[in-house]
Amino acid sequence: MTAPHDRPTASELLEALREWMEGELLPSLEGRLQFHTRVAINSLDIVRREIDLGAEQQLTHAEVLSTLGFGSDEELAIAIRNGDFDSNLISLLTTLRPIVEDKVRVSNPKYLRS
Amino acid sequence: MSTGGNHELAQRLSVVLGVSDVTDLVRLSGGASRETWRFVANGESFVLQRVRKGTVGGFRTEPLVLAAAHHLGVPTPELVINGADSDALDLPFMIVRAVEGETIARKILRDDQFAHARSVLPEQLGRAAALLHSIDISSVPGLAAEDQVERYRDALLALGEPHPVFEATFRWLQHNQPESIKQCVVHGDFRLGNIMVDSNGLSAVLDWELAHVGDPMEDLGWLCVRAWRFGGTHPAAGLGTYDQLFDAYESVAGKRPDHDVVRWWEILGTLKWGIICISQAATHLNGVVRSHELAAIGRRVCENEYDLIDLLTESVV
Repeated sequence: MTAPHDRPTASELLEALREWMEGELLPSLEGRLQFHTRVAINSLDIVRREIDLGAEQQLTHAEVLSTLGFGSDEELAIAIRNGDFDSNLISLLTTLRPIVEDKVRVSNPKYLRS
Repeated sequence: MSTGGNHELAQRLSVVLGVSDVTDLVRLSGGASRETWRFVANGESFVLQRVRKGTVGGFRTEPLVLAAAHHLGVPTPELVINGADSDALDLPFMIVRAVEGETIARKILRDDQFAHARSVLPEQLGRAAALLHSIDISSVPGLAAEDQVERYRDALLALGEPHPVFEATFRWLQHNQPESIKQCVVHGDFRLGNIMVDSNGLSAVLDWELAHVGDPMEDLGWLCVRAWRFGGTHPAAGLGTYDQLFDAYESVAGKRPDHDVVRWWEILGTLKWGIICISQAATHLNGVVRSHELAAIGRRVCENEYDLIDLLTESVV
């Protein structure tokens, strides 16, 4: 699925990098550098999850938008701003929930309420 | 920062304070627009905040608000010198008496030494908020009223990124805006991270630079925004229930906060933080400050979209 590239896959490479950063780099640092390294590890995790889940999430995103009759977030945002959804804002938000959950699943899955 | 520069500042501080000697002058981490110094004069510790060279805006009314809050008994550092309109240190400044304590939210929420503090903090915050809301507006001339919805709607438009959930939230807020019962002095950034805590609980409410005239419930809603719970399980600063916060507020203000009104402000607060996250990432993306930390904040925008959907569809109470 990652042709023409060899293993490790992009995701596996990031995982290896993360293991090294967490296991060896982080314990050797303190203070500001340690904090910024933690932030860096988090960002690597985000990228890895996006590589793993992104393609499927793109489909969900496009599907949800098309059920609402839009081709992009931008078009939808403008319609909402113009008041087109004023009478059903709550049901709109319920419809958008799967997209937002997908975003959180990539950026910070621990944030999701189970 | 050379020692010579510090020496000169120490000398000028001793003139400003009218003391013979200023010692132990050290620079603390400051915000983007201010530098913060700590020093000792006559055996007592003080904190100097001074506008950073090249930044726009000074202290305006902040020292006045701080002094008024302190006068009413809100735990705050005591204002010693209001240098908002002074050129004694070249740039606008203020000097306050140092207060001891911890500001890092995660430590306050988890370290053993704050176990007792945690049990009393929600009540203390409720009382402090009610007290600061009783500041006489006429004692802080020049403090401006601010339409928060308008300010952040403009900010989102200017950032130019499409966020349907945020747009929907703005529409909801407009349609459900509560009638403001009173206009008063609002802290504007009342939350964990901007308060100092010692083993007895709240030792000072800090960071008054966003103070403005507005609805008092703005401060309570902001305090309860999920981001400011820092992983804590309860709404009020991660530690207390709405009822604990409202009981304490009522014990000082004489009137119980309306939960629906606080919720409206919590929803606006969640939206505000989401927009601030976009703007922090933009600071990196447009090259003003290249920083992977700022960049990563861009991926926290969706946490706020997620919370807004929960709040607005009332799947959390």
